[in-house]
Amino acid sequence: MRAHRTAVYASLETPRALSERLVAAFLLACGLVSVVTTAGIVIVLLREALGFFREVSLADFLGDREWTPLFADKHFGIWPLLSGTLLTTVIAVVVAVPLGLLAAMYLSEFASSMARRILKPVLEVLAGVPTVVYGYFALMFVTPVLQKVVPGLAGFNALGPGIVMGIMILPIVASLSEDAIFAVPPSLREGAYALGGTKLGTVFRVVLPSAFSGIAASVILGLSRAIGETMIVAIAAGQQPRLTLDPRVPVETMTAYIVQVSLGDTPTGTLEYRTIFAVGLSLFVMTLALNLVSHRLRQRVLKGGAQ
Amino acid sequence: MNRTIEFAVLCAALVLATGCTKQASLVKVDGSSTVFPITEAVAEQFQKTTGSARVTVGISGTGGGFQKFCRGETDISDASRPIKPTEVEACRNGRVEYVEVPVAYDGISIVVNPRNTWANDITVEELRRLWRPEAQGRVTRWNHIRPSWPDREIHLFGAGVDSGTYDYFTEAIVGTEHSSRGDFTSSEDDNVLVQGIASDELALGFFGLAYYEENRSRLKVVPVDDGKPENGAGPIAPSVETVRNGTYQPLARPIFIYVSKRALDRSEVSSFVRFYLENARHLVGEVGYIPLPERAYTLGRERVDARRTGSMFGGRGSQVGVSIESLLERAAETPR
Amino acid sequence: MTTTAGTREAAPGAASLPSLAGGLSKSLTERTSVGPERAFKAICLLAIGLPLLLLLALFGGALIQAWPRLGWDFLTSYPSRSPDLAGILPALAGSTYLMALTAAMAIPVGLGAAIYLEEYARPGRITSLIEVNISNLAGVPSIIYGLLGLELFVRVMRFDRSLLAGAATLALLLLPMVIMASREALRAVPRSLREACFALGADRWQTLWRVVLPMCMPGVLTGIILSLARAIGETAPLITIGALTYVAFLPDSLSSPFTALPIQIFNWVSRPQPGFHVNAAAGIIVLLVLMLLMNGGAIWLRTRLQRRIYW
Repeated sequence: MRAHRTAVYASLETPRALSERLVAAFLLACGLVSVVTTAGIVIVLLREALGFFREVSLADFLGDREWTPLFADKHFGIWPLLSGTLLTTVIAVVVAVPLGLLAAMYLSEFASSMARRILKPVLEVLAGVPTVVYGYFALMFVTPVLQKVVPGLAGFNALGPGIVMGIMILPIVASLSEDAIFAVPPSLREGAYALGGTKLGTVFRVVLPSAFSGIAASVILGLSRAIGETMIVAIAAGQQPRLTLDPRVPVETMTAYIVQVSLGDTPTGTLEYRTIFAVGLSLFVMTLALNLVSHRLRQRVLKGGAQ
Repeated sequence: MNRTIEFAVLCAALVLATGCTKQASLVKVDGSSTVFPITEAVAEQFQKTTGSARVTVGISGTGGGFQKFCRGETDISDASRPIKPTEVEACRNGRVEYVEVPVAYDGISIVVNPRNTWANDITVEELRRLWRPEAQGRVTRWNHIRPSWPDREIHLFGAGVDSGTYDYFTEAIVGTEHSSRGDFTSSEDDNVLVQGIASDELALGFFGLAYYEENRSRLKVVPVDDGKPENGAGPIAPSVETVRNGTYQPLARPIFIYVSKRALDRSEVSSFVRFYLENARHLVGEVGYIPLPERAYTLGRERVDARRTGSMFGGRGSQVGVSIESLLERAAETPR
Repeated sequence: MTTTAGTREAAPGAASLPSLAGGLSKSLTERTSVGPERAFKAICLLAIGLPLLLLLALFGGALIQAWPRLGWDFLTSYPSRSPDLAGILPALAGSTYLMALTAAMAIPVGLGAAIYLEEYARPGRITSLIEVNISNLAGVPSIIYGLLGLELFVRVMRFDRSLLAGAATLALLLLPMVIMASREALRAVPRSLREACFALGADRWQTLWRVVLPMCMPGVLTGIILSLARAIGETAPLITIGALTYVAFLPDSLSSPFTALPIQIFNWVSRPQPGFHVNAAAGIIVLLVLMLLMNGGAIWLRTRLQRRIYW
């Protein structure tokens, strides 16, 4: 596809008019804003994070199993925060992916156009609810309700905010998966029907596998959104960094820690304050790795991976 | 092409507009969310009665507030604790001199569930044994604190570890700032703690007096015995009187504003600060804090008028059990 | 087979390939086993219905708590230490101005970047770099944008803690979403249209400006409105760059200090007086209504602009 387009534009490759060149330059500048933003973020984070790592060794950061920089007895192991982020994210994805995929399948395969016109925007509303509101909803409503069902569920836990985060990223998974399913060529479907397949069977054995790359990309996008989510977990998951896989106890995620310290009492310029930047940098690296994987997957789709 | 030129001109005009607009006289305050309600009340009253200047208040936190203050970005910094050494340094680097003014007391209350019939008083020593780091995992039942109390689990609630309340509590009870056990439910939002304690018979927690006063029907306060008969014998419950007259110790902490000396040269800032200190004792009670003794406000005003800079706490942060009045008097006596 | 043959004989001229295929698959699906399909449809509807139910619970709960305070004076009052007098006017004004400014900044840059990537870019190092950057920035937590905004806009560029700094920070936050939505919209315009323009002698810019952009505007605007609906709820980055919580006046210029709806709500929720909690719930309702209006506006725009373009 890309090669074809390049060939068509080959004659216009070197615009002669000055206005054309200026426009192209301006547009390139717009594109580079994102690169400049990333550079800015990296600079802001690195500057202070380097100061942090001068006092705390990387071995401690990656090896210690406790995170207590704000206590008198300081430990700087990132794992408790990482496990908090992981726990809430996994719960969110476990909620969002099945529900989102089912929603996408329904919208693309079974829904009438009227139903689609109503349901699609309604699902988009889920993504638009302010995260502060979701946070308090998780704390004041979801957790008490869950406490009646799950034994030993603490007031702050990973389950409540995880579920609410799942609902928040559901539209991302649903919408992008729907696009991927929609992009599957009709010829594939018809081929399956011609061979005597049922609608359900076709969906599960032909359509979904061929839309797999797009669906996977949507899941990864939802995943990175969940990892970066701040307010829901800051309000409802708690402030106790804890290395655990138990969703019923208070934990603290990386993002919640950053919010807690940057809006709190710690004087700036101290080691405790610099921990924000070390955590922020780790977060950035994590989402970068995830996005590189997602990018590769999407490249495969473009190169005709739909077969 | 014309449209692009129009667009560019519009953008340029917008950019110029930012520089050309004149700033109305503005008093910029930022800092602690604990002090915020007081400053908000004063600012509201100030603008209603004088209407001469605009006042804006932010809640970047005590630390964030000091960062902006020491860079000259704000005129007044709300602080729930005295200035710390790194911040003193930052202000020195930013060439910002500050006048430290205490404005109110916050009484930290020990609170339990109303169905808790056994905890009718507690000593500072018992609190220390309950909250110190060594207690983690060991002091887990009520009868570990006092043998006459029931053999049931204790569930702890406390202020967030990055808040002034926690800072002061650990300093006052455990003896070292930031030194406490880690296995308690913590939150920066004291309402969440109220909720938690009100729904748990075995809970015990600490937070500001205002939150107890607003939820009296759902909570029970525990009087504290500091073991020092000189300032009130026996367990004392926190209230406006006991905090003010110094008998509720050690959990009564002063909260402050820091005013930039350079900003005081502007009439709107100095009139706002004067208004603050003249009216604080009325307004502070409305938002749940405890006013300082009258004399303390007078001394504070004199401090501002004399532009006496520097911290009375030696820039070392919180100190427990000091009388604000005596500090102010001592500071007023020492030659500058 | 009989159905298809019947279609062909009945309307010889109208039998096109898509309708044939549609008829074919329809006749086939009608023959499928209905049981498992119905069950699957029910499960799907449950999957969609559950989150919607929770959303209703959220809205309903907030509405019930907010009911006593909702009213005109709540919308037109300034904050106060007394919950009954405190209102949301400066926060509402701040949020509105903020959204307008953010859109003004994010649209040109986002659209420009999308146009560059879709129309001008050759596959290569720079293009890949930009694309990876964009998708990465979409996942960066908003508070890190706050830290960046504080350093870059407030300090280095000296915008101070103004509407401009807040809008610029939010614009950066929204940029990845705006770019992605615009790219999708641009891709939806068929290639044949562009080629027709070239065949008629137009250069690339003329094609874009007069044909392609007007066609993809609905999609672009939808993406922007949906991004703004998300931005209106952002708290942490705004507090970090210095958005205020107490302002007794409305912003009067780009360099004016400001506050925003989620900040006001966040502050009221943490106050001890129960009256403030009612205010917070009322603020949440205002915020949700605004968000619904924006989403609704996006849908209206989408349908309206799509109808107007005939081709």
